[in-house]
Amino acid sequence: MSVPAWQDQLFDTIKRAGISQVGYVPDAGHTRLIERCKADPGICDVVLTTEEEGVALAAGAWLGGARAALLMQSSGAGNCINMLSLMRTCRFPMLMFITMRGEWEEFNPWQVPMGSIVDPVMKLCDAEVYRASEPGEVKGIAERAVRQAYGDERIVAVLLSQQLIGKKVWTK
Amino acid sequence: MSLNRRAAMARLVAGRGDDLLVVPGLGSTTWDLAAAGDDPRNFYMWGAMGGTAMIGLGLALAQPDKRVAVITGDGEMLMGLGSLGTIGVQKPGNLAVIVFDNAVYGETGGQPSHTQNDVDLVAVARACGISACVDVRDEADLEDLAARLKRLKETLFARVAINADEPPRVLPEKDGVELKQRFRAALGLKA
Repeated sequence: MSVPAWQDQLFDTIKRAGISQVGYVPDAGHTRLIERCKADPGICDVVLTTEEEGVALAAGAWLGGARAALLMQSSGAGNCINMLSLMRTCRFPMLMFITMRGEWEEFNPWQVPMGSIVDPVMKLCDAEVYRASEPGEVKGIAERAVRQAYGDERIVAVLLSQQLIGKKVWTK
Repeated sequence: MSLNRRAAMARLVAGRGDDLLVVPGLGSTTWDLAAAGDDPRNFYMWGAMGGTAMIGLGLALAQPDKRVAVITGDGEMLMGLGSLGTIGVQKPGNLAVIVFDNAVYGETGGQPSHTQNDVDLVAVARACGISACVDVRDEADLEDLAARLKRLKETLFARVAINADEPPRVLPEKDGVELKQRFRAALGLKA
């Protein structure tokens, strides 16, 4: 039996978790998930100018009794570092879904420096870090991340491997 | 002629009511808010520079029946200018972003900020799609701002020209977990 597309698994997880604010910087890998969030009247989609805005957004959401998630590409992880200190100091839940660049079949070498350090950087920020590389494991990992973020008030980063997302097409 | 920061803060939160939630920026505006009187509906900031307006946005979207006032400094706002664009896209009717502008970084020794030169925060906010933007220069303007905040129904941006003096610090609670829990409890949420 085939599993649903990984983006749809993440969307279903977001809905099951009662997440009502989704912050994002437009990203090719997350396109389908962003479109589904935008189409859902129960989700306020918040397009950001930089990823750290989404961290602060999630803090405000939780102060007001709502749940937020942040979608980003690996290059955005570095933009979040100082703002994640807010989440750690106050124990705010922080759920991040990060599409990876700079690894499998990467065409653009400029993506490599940040992409290659997302995992250790997030761990240094006191995040739990998970990685999904196969469609069959996305749902389980995402559900676990939700429990940890909102149940334990933790910072959780789910890395979505470039292999899962697929190659970016550079020439058409 | 510019305004006294402590008096301006006190005026904005006077008789605030249970429906006003206040997020000050790190540094002086947090001391100003603490000096105006502690309240569990204040979420004092001791860090996260550049994030105050976005905390206000997340809160305003989560609590549409409350009024949310972000009251921060010019340096803190300059670090998160992009968030004015993000707020301009969302336009929550219950959010006010108020910037106490003394054109210096007071906490670090009074170095000039961009607003001492040609950067105009009111013009930036307007260009970001926030239609209600006001420049507060005197007591009458402040009274008008306080009245607008009381009956807030569209996204509001205000720049308040304040003196560059530094009143004695009034330090509020700094335990972030405690600040979060008491804020949520005041809204009837599980701490």
